[in-house]
Amino acid sequence: MDYLDQLEAEAIYILREVAGQFERPALLFSGGKDSICLVHLALKAFRPGKFPFPLVHVDTGHNFPEAIEYRDNLAKELEEKLIVRYVADTIKEKNLQDGKGKFPSRNGLQTYTLLDVINEFEFDACIGGARRDEEKARAKERIFSVRDEFGQWDPKKQRPELWNIYNGKIDQGENVRVFPISNWTELDVWNYIKRENIQLPSIYFTHERECIKTEHGQWMNVNEFVQLEPTDKIEKVKVRYRTVGDMTCTAAVESEAHTVDDIIAELKDTKISERGATRMDDRVSEAAMEDRKKGGYF
Amino acid sequence: MELLRFFTAGNVDDGKSTLIGRLLYDSKSISTDILETLTKQSKSTGVDANIDLALLTDGLRAEREQGITIDVAYKYFTTDKRKFIIADTPGHVQYTRNMFTGASNTDLAIVLVDARHGITEQTRRHSIISNIVGIPHVLVCINKMDLVNYDEEVYNKIKEDYTHFAESLNLKKVSFIPTSALTGDNVVKHSDNLPWYQGPSLFEFLETVEIEQDFKTQESRFQVQYVIRPQTEQLHDYRGYAGSILSGSFKKGDKIAVHPVDLTTTIEKIEKFGQEVEEAHAGEPVIIHVSDNIDISRGTTFVPVNDSLQTEKTFEAIVCWMDNKSFQPGQKLLLQQNSFRSKAVIKEIDNKINIYNFRSEPSDGSLHLNDFCKVTIKTAETLSFDEYTNNRKTGSFILINENTNNTVAAGVIA
Ligand SMILES: Nc1nc2c(ncn2[C@@H]2O[C@H](COP(=O)(O)OP(=O)(O)O)[C@@H](O)[C@H]2O)c(=O)[nH]1
Ligand SMILES: [Mg+2]
Repeated sequence: MDYLDQLEAEAIYILREVAGQFERPALLFSGGKDSICLVHLALKAFRPGKFPFPLVHVDTGHNFPEAIEYRDNLAKELEEKLIVRYVADTIKEKNLQDGKGKFPSRNGLQTYTLLDVINEFEFDACIGGARRDEEKARAKERIFSVRDEFGQWDPKKQRPELWNIYNGKIDQGENVRVFPISNWTELDVWNYIKRENIQLPSIYFTHERECIKTEHGQWMNVNEFVQLEPTDKIEKVKVRYRTVGDMTCTAAVESEAHTVDDIIAELKDTKISERGATRMDDRVSEAAMEDRKKGGYF
Repeated sequence: MELLRFFTAGNVDDGKSTLIGRLLYDSKSISTDILETLTKQSKSTGVDANIDLALLTDGLRAEREQGITIDVAYKYFTTDKRKFIIADTPGHVQYTRNMFTGASNTDLAIVLVDARHGITEQTRRHSIISNIVGIPHVLVCINKMDLVNYDEEVYNKIKEDYTHFAESLNLKKVSFIPTSALTGDNVVKHSDNLPWYQGPSLFEFLETVEIEQDFKTQESRFQVQYVIRPQTEQLHDYRGYAGSILSGSFKKGDKIAVHPVDLTTTIEKIEKFGQEVEEAHAGEPVIIHVSDNIDISRGTTFVPVNDSLQTEKTFEAIVCWMDNKSFQPGQKLLLQQNSFRSKAVIKEIDNKINIYNFRSEPSDGSLHLNDFCKVTIKTAETLSFDEYTNNRKTGSFILINENTNNTVAAGVIA
């Protein structure tokens, strides 16, 4: 079996384990390439049946319009259930402080909305598109990752995970985060997108965009949320996105890649990791991701 | 392109993490931003003037603070020939279970030996665990050659000692490579410091080592994960059994036995991703339809009729106890084998396996963290299985504590 077939088979196996082991699973759908791949894998795992889970999106309000449009079309086309909950509502309900500063991120705030939607529907398993190559705390997380009632990950209490036997047994109130593409790298995802001819939101490909350069030399797009400073120089740059997070904390990369083939060629050449190139939120400290996961993050 | 999964074992400080770091670094699989952070961290822990390559895999705060590997870290790299999945496992004896975990679904073990110390108790322990996990191939990296003046004699002596020790186990294949993870000798590039060594570098070895394809040739096994019943108008009577072919292959028209109900039927149709296929092989996820309406649900096993599959409620296995709390007689357990689950108890602890010499010792009836014991297990439902040495998929299981839901043991049917 080719390596992509093996990765695909592993992911489908995991998705079917979720269907077999849980009462009320959900697939966390962000509109990004990783969760789009998950949906594609779910089609392969369950068609001609319906998905045994709804797609759930935590909408930060800072999402790219192209990603939202893609999300809505996809759910309609597949005739699958889509649940959307808004961080803006959580902020109002819980009287939380919205993101502040030049790039007001809601990345931390979305954990509240996520935990709320898990409670609302009593989801016992949430499937996510995180990959172990993304970040070194993720490299340590199990494929079936048990979270307590508060959604917290405890790296010291992880269950041993042997062979391909997944223990999803939990108590009332707990839930399991499941990562079927844990063993895929960014390049694997693109090779798969190519092989399967998966359609993506347009912002993954090159386009002209008004951007400003941050102090770390990253291109941030100009939008209604970013607080421009007088010294900021707005420039029109040919860019694309390597990840589709929030407009306020995801940087674009300069690129001329029009096609999936172009992107694969570009990635083979690049010297910078996906998160390094695009995320502003992990730079804060060495253990930023570990800490956020302990707090209930994806 | 092929996929090779391997894990690293060895004593603490033998250089496992450094070796993996070196492999990634010299094969240019590390991004510049990650290198930058590493350089910063290396300074802040003050370990070395060079970059501390071990920091690449030690991803948890506690690990960085203590300078040791506690949990398995997975790393990935790709060459023109292969994709590699590496499990970097901890060496400390108190993390034996994590090592067992990391080893469980790999095809190759890399056992590191410090050239200065030769084979130690830990080397034996790790090799014995690899043996129990049924790793098809063990590569012994005799590391830190720089600290023994790259002496061929030292290498040969260790090789001889290990070969002698390996004879007492049933390791299928053993290879040796002299390396220095710190300086990079023989990791990716051949080294002028080791002119007497003619074999491949570690990197070349990994790119060319044969991957055992046991599952292709074994007896045919399939287990149901999930029943697909769309119950729509057009697909009113559709009933498909979704699962992966565990080993061997199945064809349309095959007469099969269905366990544990022990009935026979015929494969009417095999679907893969919406297409009907004539035949499906080990590893492939499929949906199987059968011609008779019999009781089939999650955990049901399909095999060819008149097959050697064993079906029992009582059987013997080697278990590795993985829970901090020791085994309590009468403890309520669940046994899970792939998607099959049943209530189970450990009826008897027959004997204990000394993991330093692989000898059986009389058991005192206890089962503590990291113990390996031969036990007798009794399940409530009939288990359909093969011996682990014949089939890693149907011969392995985990035990779950019904009360805490924790995975408390891993077992191989012996
Ligand atoms: N001189 C020398 N030192 C090494 C070599 N490999 C590793 N080390 C050092 O040995 C120490 C332990 O290495 P580490 O990779 O953390 O070992 P682990 O516990 O097996 O993961 C570190 O200080 C390394 O720099 C080698 O080949 N030669
Ligand atoms: Mg280490």
